[in-house]
Amino acid sequence: MNTLTRANLAEAIYSQVGLSRNESAALLESVLERVASALEAGEPVKISAFGTFMVRQKGQRVGRNPKTGVEVPILPRRVLSFRPSQVLKARINGQTESEAADQA
Amino acid sequence: MTKSELIAHLAAENPHLRQPDIELIVATIFEEITAALARGDRVELRGFGAFSAKQRDARTGRNPRTGAAVPVEGKAVPYFKPGKELRERVNGGQIPTARTARAPANP
Repeated sequence: MNTLTRANLAEAIYSQVGLSRNESAALLESVLERVASALEAGEPVKISAFGTFMVRQKGQRVGRNPKTGVEVPILPRRVLSFRPSQVLKARINGQTESEAADQA
Repeated sequence: MTKSELIAHLAAENPHLRQPDIELIVATIFEEITAALARGDRVELRGFGAFSAKQRDARTGRNPRTGAAVPVEGKAVPYFKPGKELRERVNGGQIPTARTARAPANP
């Protein structure tokens, strides 16, 4: 299994769009930063045919240190969740969009 | 924020680029991630997060209306694990782990 990084995505932008390598990397960073700052503001980010990133508020609950068994309160916090779109799920299973629609 | 709002923000920040190029940049990023997951690869973007596909085993499900047992095939599901920096930003700069109260010292 290979792991893609920023370099691979920047290279794809470089070859698709014809910007310089530097500018391709900078634009990738701008996209990630835009998404991150929207999420930081608590705003969901919806990318059609890919999925939705959203921030969920979690209430306080009692947790336990698994090693010592000591009870500790887990404070209320905000967590990020990603909900993949049907299109993304279908692509990952090697299906076309219409096959996915048949199953839905 | 939707994909088209994202494109509009980027267009405003980059007046030297044409709108179709910005649309292509955004489309390329999400297409590359999707294609990588479809190949069984993972995508790791430090500070942002990592995308991977998790394998789910085949199981016997039930039709909730009739109660009939139906075989459900194994499948892969996309998964996103937010990076440390993004987790902290989303939580208002706090480290969102369970590190709250420490165990009493030498009870």
